[in-house]
Amino acid sequence: MTVELGHMALILAFALAIAQSILPVLGAARGDSRLMATGDVSSVGICLFIGISFAALVWAYATSDFSVVNVWQNSHSLKPMLFKITGTWGNHEGSMLLWVLILAVFAAAVSVFGKSLPEKLRANVQGVQGWMLATFLLFILLTSNPFLRQVAPMEGQDLNPILQDIGLAIHPPMLYLGYVGFSITFAFAIAALMEGRLDAAWARWVRPWALAAWLFLTAGISMGSYWAYYELGWGGWWFWDPVENASLLPWLSGTALLHSALVMEKRDALKIWTVLLAILTFSLSLLGTFLVRSGVLTSVHTFATDPSRGLFILAILALFVGGALFLFVLRANSLQAGGLFAPVSREGALVLNNILLSTAAATVLVGTLYPVLYEAVTSALSPTGEGAKISVGPPFFNLTFGPLMIPLLLAMPLGPLLAWKRGDLLGVAQRLMFVLGAAILAIILAYGFIEGGPILAPLGIGLAVWLILGSLAELWARANFAKTGLSVGLRRLAGLPKTAWSTAGAHLGVGVMLLGIVMVTAYETETVATLKPGESVKINSYEVRFDGLVPANGSNFTGQGANLAILRNGVEVDRALPSKRFYPARQMPTTEAAINAFGPSHLYISVGDVLQDGSVALRIWWKPWVTLIWFGTIIMVLAGFYSLSDRRLRIGLPQQARKPTKADAHAV
Amino acid sequence: MNRKGIRLMWIGVIGAVLSTAVGLSLFAFQSGISFAMSPSELREASPDPDQRVRLFGLVQQGSVQRGEGLNVSFTLGDGAVTVPVTFNDILPDLFREEQGIITEGSLRPDGTFVADTVLAKHDENYMPAGMAEKLKKDGHWKGEASAGQSGAYGAKPREQSNDG
Repeated sequence: MTVELGHMALILAFALAIAQSILPVLGAARGDSRLMATGDVSSVGICLFIGISFAALVWAYATSDFSVVNVWQNSHSLKPMLFKITGTWGNHEGSMLLWVLILAVFAAAVSVFGKSLPEKLRANVQGVQGWMLATFLLFILLTSNPFLRQVAPMEGQDLNPILQDIGLAIHPPMLYLGYVGFSITFAFAIAALMEGRLDAAWARWVRPWALAAWLFLTAGISMGSYWAYYELGWGGWWFWDPVENASLLPWLSGTALLHSALVMEKRDALKIWTVLLAILTFSLSLLGTFLVRSGVLTSVHTFATDPSRGLFILAILALFVGGALFLFVLRANSLQAGGLFAPVSREGALVLNNILLSTAAATVLVGTLYPVLYEAVTSALSPTGEGAKISVGPPFFNLTFGPLMIPLLLAMPLGPLLAWKRGDLLGVAQRLMFVLGAAILAIILAYGFIEGGPILAPLGIGLAVWLILGSLAELWARANFAKTGLSVGLRRLAGLPKTAWSTAGAHLGVGVMLLGIVMVTAYETETVATLKPGESVKINSYEVRFDGLVPANGSNFTGQGANLAILRNGVEVDRALPSKRFYPARQMPTTEAAINAFGPSHLYISVGDVLQDGSVALRIWWKPWVTLIWFGTIIMVLAGFYSLSDRRLRIGLPQQARKPTKADAHAV
Repeated sequence: MNRKGIRLMWIGVIGAVLSTAVGLSLFAFQSGISFAMSPSELREASPDPDQRVRLFGLVQQGSVQRGEGLNVSFTLGDGAVTVPVTFNDILPDLFREEQGIITEGSLRPDGTFVADTVLAKHDENYMPAGMAEKLKKDGHWKGEASAGQSGAYGAKPREQSNDG
């Protein structure tokens, strides 16, 4: 019964979405306030109905209702309750429902928190959100209905064991909050183009949403990276796989959007570019969510797909991306150009940031799509109609993305120190003298004290130090400890606007992440060994001793673990139990790596095959400072949250909105 | 600087960044790309030992042999041709006989493929891209029954929202 209720709620949500696609936009065109106001009601209604629908599916999973095909395919009665629930979105249908739920939540959020937005803009934004909701609800109802019934089998087929992990509980919702969050900035961009009005106030309304989406996306990508790191047992944190690239692309353009919106808000410049970025970012989000599902791109992480869905998805992509860009081309010229600024200025630095981020995104996009294009072109040229299949590997991305990031990272500490309109590069350079000195010192120390590793690695460490200290330089300069003394300086620091802190924090996070990346990439060591019980192997300054095999079973799997002792100078400092699991329902083995933290570094141990003579194959990595990678992203996310709490950025603040609303009323 | 001068300067900066990106990409395409081949295509193309190749195929039944330490050898086939492969590392979880996998490495002059990477999909029903087409075309396709059954409810070999 609940399942039918969920299905019906989904259909009702679709009907309401159709209404929202038409009525508010019609109202805005006619200047009819009552029609425009329907958007407030329908968006909350849609959110409610999709919420009911989602809850019904979660309930079906929690109660292991195998008469629902989707539950039967992805769940098992013996699975722990947490994984029963998180399994709801561990499959295509369920994850689509979550995706649309988040879309609806954001649409409702605009209605609830956007009361102070100009009436017309709000109605058009709601209309655009209605189009998206209707399209994706239709997609779910026609091709990915999670509520299909069958004669109930006795037992479910279980969830892919790799997905039975706490990572799955958090990572997809986070990522979706990020992807879908950019739907709001997209809707604002389309609404602005429809109305033909775009000013600094628009940027002020858009920026908090972009920031919210950005920080969820950052958290989502970071979580995904950590999950892959510990769950897949390969010890890698980034693979340049198409799926990962697909999430990195909207992150890069979203980061650019955050920075260009800043210029637009403060200086009324870069308007056309900002709108284009808002459109592109969500387009890339759609690409991220769907291109991999459509079966056009294959990756190690892709799972087989249904071609009818692929076609539908490509049609949706073409409709939204193509339509938005078409509207942009039609209307962009009517938007006024903004204020003037000198090349060396805060604006100039932000423009440079945008150029580098967009170019980097473009190279990643090219590398990701190149295999598809290559196959299409070669199959068109070949007489048999068969295309050549190629894959673009990490070396391509390291060689293109890496060098493009270097100037961006070098310039990062300079930007916040430059003044708006016209900056003083020399003055800024003087203020960064100490930071530069510290970075050079770090390079020299790294050359002197770290043995081995690539010759360029110390330069990377220097760059990270430059970033970390350089990010703090603005705070330091503003506090002016040298002149004012400690107590006044501290009070000044406390009184700084939240944006100053969050800029410094976000940039600092990048520096910390870079330090982790450089350290683990340059100085990681690994060893592969086959050990009999009692034997041990050395890695870095540690020794790993194999004490025999032990069983490691769970409710829905059987397993075997290698009981290991980790010794340092002959003294046991830790124990580890990497294991192999076997999930009978799916006939699938998994590797559970053991990760032992020593400060910010990890000793990462994967167990391979157990050989006939009772010995076991182990693969051990020493990963110096690897946790800094995720620690850095946590700092970035926290900085984002802190900035979001700034009341000047709050969307519902009446003071800011009153002025444009009046102007709007006069204009009408 | 006036508006025009500033605009010219920015165009210069954009041009410089873009041409750097294009140059880097062209350079990187030389080393970052590997061709994906089936065993038949590998035999036909017989690439140089220094060229990186992705070889995909089915692990042949009864071909997996373990040697000294982690050394393992097996044969990959596509129904027509088989290629012996050697690998010296821990095999992924889903590696098994009759399973479609992807290996990366190079072809030695003696006809053995030396792999440094073996990828098996997260999914037990996975077929490497192009593999299924190829098997169907050559009349070796055996998975029809299972594929049909799973296709009924929107493909069992499932697409995940999560792709660690």
